[in-house]
Amino acid sequence: MAKIGIKVRVNGIERAAEVEPRLLLVHFLRENLRLTGTHIGCDTSHCGACTVVLDGRAIKSCTIFAVQADGREILTVEGLEQDGKLHALQEGFFQEHGLQCGYCTPGMLMTGYAFLKSNSNPTEDEIRHAISGNLCRCTGYVNIVKAYQHAAAKLRDGGER
Amino acid sequence: MIPRGFEYFAPHTLDEAVSLLGKLGQEAKILSGGQSLIPMMKLRLATPPYIIDINRIPNLNYVSESNGFLRIGALARESDLEVSPTIISRYPILMDTTSVIADPLVRNQATVCGNLAHGDPANDHPATMLALGASLIAVGPGGAREIPIEGFFTGLFTTALQPDEILKEIKIPIPAPSSGGAYLKLERKVGDYATAGVAVQISLNGAGVCQRAGIGLTNVGFSPLKAKNAEAFLAGKTLDDATIKQAAELAAGEAQPIDDIRGPAEYKRDLVRVLTARALNRAFKRSKGGA
Repeated sequence: MAKIGIKVRVNGIERAAEVEPRLLLVHFLRENLRLTGTHIGCDTSHCGACTVVLDGRAIKSCTIFAVQADGREILTVEGLEQDGKLHALQEGFFQEHGLQCGYCTPGMLMTGYAFLKSNSNPTEDEIRHAISGNLCRCTGYVNIVKAYQHAAAKLRDGGER
Repeated sequence: MIPRGFEYFAPHTLDEAVSLLGKLGQEAKILSGGQSLIPMMKLRLATPPYIIDINRIPNLNYVSESNGFLRIGALARESDLEVSPTIISRYPILMDTTSVIADPLVRNQATVCGNLAHGDPANDHPATMLALGASLIAVGPGGAREIPIEGFFTGLFTTALQPDEILKEIKIPIPAPSSGGAYLKLERKVGDYATAGVAVQISLNGAGVCQRAGIGLTNVGFSPLKAKNAEAFLAGKTLDDATIKQAAELAAGEAQPIDDIRGPAEYKRDLVRVLTARALNRAFKRSKGGA
């Protein structure tokens, strides 16, 4: 199949590539761009390990073609840290022990990034609803909820990103 | 999992999309949200040689009321319903429905129109649209036509859409005053299809008598079902406990469930009975301004 030229802004950097239409966004990120922070978990649209933020919305990058992202903006977990400083969510996961094996963490962070932009002071229920498309088999979610709350409080106080 | 190769088209107008569809033939598939199509392509349950991606077509993502109808455009995402002030304040049945579809990440991509066009009896919006008495605007080479929802689902994964037509809009009559609706679904876990689901929409007159009742059933048949006997029974009645109980039994009788991993047929039939009664009670409360 003929390849198609796409231009995608990933973590603030314009990336151009020739891709097959059937290439999934997650494969484009991991294999073409070597951004392997975005994980493949179930590969069947269930687990959320592949979550990235596309034009401000958290989506599953295993369920969208790379060509669909042409001309659009993507944030992956690699784009969260700025100038050597962790994002408030990353710090929250660190402080509250929001991970054990860490496999779901990139997806949890990206869902949280988009979620906290729309809700700066979420209740526990709202957080659990927001992460209902991200599966974690280690933590029982308790510390992930705390990590989100930690980040929300820090973002409210500090006015950071 | 990697889908089979395909040729990709991304038209910028609906006319262009329709003419592509006419040219490429019935093997071409329309890609909107892609949250059913892409998983099927990855599993190679679907291997379309041509994909027509309509996401580049502007002005199709509307959710708005005009001329007596609520209109939902082909590219309105499930999550657009969840944040729409119109839906939040006036269509709790649509809030009920969208909030139990898949998960928040999938809902950021999945479209409401796609949920219907896919023709899956396990999808949730079909029952709700049956209850609301929606109609669907399909656009083909000869222009637009309107399809009443009752005639839209013709079988398993089959709809009245012709191979050269695109579903452009869902058109829902704005409910009369003193109307209420609800959608209830039992699922084993977030993201699962319904074990069973029931949508109810009722309109009452000033004396509290039911003028119109719409009832749709999810995943208890080979296509989404309209519980016509229960609907007809409710018209002209006051919704007391005995009436609700009898309507729920009628709806259960109209379900056509089968045994599968989500449970035996008789369990699902009883679930329809219980969910119908609960949905009617909730719709009744909402018709009087309650939550």
